[in-house]
Amino acid sequence: MNCDLLRGERVRLTARNAATDAPLLAQWSYDSEYLRLSDAGPARLYSLAQIQEYLEKESAAENPHAFFFAIRTLAEERVIGDIELDGIRWTHGDAFVGISIGERALWSQGYGSDALRVILRFAFDELNLHRVSLNTFEYNPRAIRAYLKCGFQIEGRQRRALNRNGKRWDVIYMGILRAEWANSAR
Amino acid sequence: MHTQLFQGNLIRLTALDAARDAETESRWTHDAEFMRALSAEPLRPLAPNIVRQKRETAQKDLKPQHLQFAIRPRAEERLLGVAQLARLDWTNGSAWLTLGIADACERGKGYGGEALRLLVNYAFAELNLQRLVAVTADDNPRAIRFFERAGFVSEVRRRQAIHRDGKRWDAVMLGILREEWSAG
Repeated sequence: MNCDLLRGERVRLTARNAATDAPLLAQWSYDSEYLRLSDAGPARLYSLAQIQEYLEKESAAENPHAFFFAIRTLAEERVIGDIELDGIRWTHGDAFVGISIGERALWSQGYGSDALRVILRFAFDELNLHRVSLNTFEYNPRAIRAYLKCGFQIEGRQRRALNRNGKRWDVIYMGILRAEWANSAR
Repeated sequence: MHTQLFQGNLIRLTALDAARDAETESRWTHDAEFMRALSAEPLRPLAPNIVRQKRETAQKDLKPQHLQFAIRPRAEERLLGVAQLARLDWTNGSAWLTLGIADACERGKGYGGEALRLLVNYAFAELNLQRLVAVTADDNPRAIRFFERAGFVSEVRRRQAIHRDGKRWDAVMLGILREEWSAG
């Protein structure tokens, strides 16, 4: 039995820490490409105090339908992004995963895929979920490739659901079932 | 210009009346068939005063992320069903639509179809949205046909995402684009 459930090969998932993570989130938010890859809403900026208060409330709330983590490199113990399971539907065994790597210099180096594998193990072995879902955007092919590599399948697309730079893009829904995960990624 | 957005031939869309509709809505929260059609949340019966509080709280928010409607017969006050546009996203021009006629004996009379036409028209002609989403599951083929008849297209099938009565069902997400509405 794996006793270090939150540890991967290159990263581990830890609690988010409002005091030390808020400055990182504030810094990442100035990269509006990061914001657009992470969220369908309009890019906007928050003050350091606002971000800190948001993170404090998030951890104090102990939301029974969500788990939020910071992604930390094993090598340097450095926080490089965040990952969460959100919208957990306990009766149906379904949840949505969201991930973003804020440190642009570390994109496409396997940190995100490693964090995804850790959170899938957490979702299936600890939370006993039946499936894990996500949605991503047509203009983010790097993310789609990473999700496919981790065993997610494309389950459909909401046509023209986003409007960016005057162009319309699909929102892509993906999912992985417990059985698929057990057969392959484990 | 046709500006009667809330008046159909059979039904009309009105605001919910938190006090007067509470008894009826409380009764509906005990009806698994209806509640399952509207939501993936587990059935949770609510007393009339709780239903009333929830509606009052929602109505105090004058710039809401969702708009709620009552469906009533054109010339009567009683409540046939409810409808809402939720997750209003103004920058992308989208919203999620929910609609249901509660009592089985009121179904099949065209009320739901007319309410859906009014609501879709409202979303595109008044709110100027670009697309709408409706979510159902394949344990409810009637609902899928209902939305398809109104021009919605099946877009996403979230496999085995719904667990009911010991079986796994796919969650089905349908969408309609503004161009598809104009064409119809």
